[in-house]
Amino acid sequence: MLVAPLARQSAHDRRRLPWFELVLILLGSVVVLFIVAPLIRILLATSFGELGGAARDEQLIESIKLTLVCAATATLVCTVTGVPLGYLLARKRFPGRAALMAIVDLPIVIPHSAAGIALLTVIGRQSLLGSVTDGGLVGTAAGISVAMAFVSVPFLVNASHSAFAAVPSRLERAARTLGASPWRVFRTVSLPLAWRDILGGMVMMWGRGISEFGAVIIIAYHPMTTPILVFERFGDYGLAASRSAAVVLILICVAIFIVLRIVAGWRGVRRREDA
Amino acid sequence: MLELHSITKSLGEFHLRDFTLSLREGEYFSLLGPTGVGKTIVLEIIAGLLRPDEGSVHWHGRDVTSLPPEQRRFALVYQDYALFPHLSVLRNVAYGLRSRGIASTDACDKARQMLKLLTISHLVDRAPETLSGGEKQRVALARALVIEPRMLLLDEPLAALDLNVRTRLRRLLRDIHQRTGMTVLHVTHDVEEALSLGQRLGIMLDGQLQQTGTPDEVFLRPTDQRVADFLGLRNVLPVEAVRNGFCVVAGVEVAVAMASRSTRHLWIRPEEILLSAEPFDSSARNQFECRVVDWEHSGSLLAVRIAVRELLLTAIITHTSFRELAIAEGADLYCTFKSSALHCIGDEASASDGDATRSTARRG
Repeated sequence: MLVAPLARQSAHDRRRLPWFELVLILLGSVVVLFIVAPLIRILLATSFGELGGAARDEQLIESIKLTLVCAATATLVCTVTGVPLGYLLARKRFPGRAALMAIVDLPIVIPHSAAGIALLTVIGRQSLLGSVTDGGLVGTAAGISVAMAFVSVPFLVNASHSAFAAVPSRLERAARTLGASPWRVFRTVSLPLAWRDILGGMVMMWGRGISEFGAVIIIAYHPMTTPILVFERFGDYGLAASRSAAVVLILICVAIFIVLRIVAGWRGVRRREDA
Repeated sequence: MLELHSITKSLGEFHLRDFTLSLREGEYFSLLGPTGVGKTIVLEIIAGLLRPDEGSVHWHGRDVTSLPPEQRRFALVYQDYALFPHLSVLRNVAYGLRSRGIASTDACDKARQMLKLLTISHLVDRAPETLSGGEKQRVALARALVIEPRMLLLDEPLAALDLNVRTRLRRLLRDIHQRTGMTVLHVTHDVEEALSLGQRLGIMLDGQLQQTGTPDEVFLRPTDQRVADFLGLRNVLPVEAVRNGFCVVAGVEVAVAMASRSTRHLWIRPEEILLSAEPFDSSARNQFECRVVDWEHSGSLLAVRIAVRELLLTAIITHTSFRELAIAEGADLYCTFKSSALHCIGDEASASDGDATRSTARRG
């Protein structure tokens, strides 16, 4: 009884050579170090005094509020339109579906400064909107939200798409034969089974919106979001002056990321229960 | 009552071609075909989940081809049960009623009654993932039956269950059908299952309905060789007489577990017949001396024709057994088979035909 598994074990070991594992670990740690080192360095270099100063920094606090609210607005508005799009992509087969999926991904590959310029042609001063509304959305919180939404909405749509795709369509079909309308099936079967993944996509989109710099700075230098504030202080006053604002921004994003992992964790639990 | 008129549907690898089927009010119809022949597509077209490329679906003479599933009320029970994982058993069963606008308390009361009827009241608050296969299947049935569907569509309802549970659920399905007089379309790849439940059978091969009829008609007069091959129609034996637990076939008295007075034919799968050089003790009640008539290749196995006096049988054996038994024409051997391996054709169908007539009369 015991011999067979042991024999298999040693064959297993021979296949996975230790030197190879060593190389994997070494190369892998370079990547991890590369990510972690700057973050740890900046945290260590920032004293509590500086952070305390940041807490009393009116301009910084205003910019953080603006950034969080603009990103949240972008996320909520896009949830109303992006989640149905995700459902459509997951459930329906139609001509042009692949092209539609590619279009959704476009904002990820377009350089964000260029995306900002492109947005100006739609919401800027010279655009139709600009001629009607006296200046368009340039330099407004709404404009900032639009810029954030443009660059971060793919994360929400793609998360919704895969969330709905993970719901077995047989459940929806069984519900239809039991007498539920398509809308009721969506509300009572698809959405309850997909909402955690969608929520993950929303948090992801929010975080991506907060960290956006390129597209936002084209649309609005003022009012100033935190990434732009960090950039400005670095340019005007140097490293020491921008550090505390940068640390605060990093901490906010890490906090959002932790929330995202927790949401994803629930998802993991649910998947295991399903299996 | 329900009629499919020359339905054509292509879906990935599946193709239905000129599929025509007509079901009678209150009957239990088994649609039988090999796995992957597109039987589920037929169910989904009937349920309204798929639109046929060509052809039409009629219900009591009315064209329902474009009627959405929620307005057809043909409950479909999937092979994997498709219970809603985020809802308790009670909420699952009440789902269809709630979808029809019935208030929550009334829907739950009705759901509870249905659970009681299917003897699974104790599962009421459980989550679907904690249930066994048989329990899930009962919940899925309860969920379908509680909406009092016009028709029950079953997709391989017993395929994923082990033997014991399968036997019990088979009985349950028969009970439900007899009690409600509901029209049932049961899709399966299992010949014995179709035979034991269906009042009429349809044989589906290559996306087409090859033959329909009572088990008698299909088994005794298969329309072509492919139907016969699919059914494994070797060893269909005309019964000469029945006396308590024994049937006489070609002058040989064989023990039959489920024989009834009206059994007209027995059928045994060639795989169920064991050949041996010497007699041996076993729980199988049929053991006879026999002589090898001839043999032929049957796929990777061998089909050996044997004669028990006047009774000709075919047994399927492996090449190894063939060598070990030194099989040659005229060799003397022993054959052994269980009384429960003999399936009765005729009695089930005639008994249930009576039921069908009764339920139709009741409805009429």
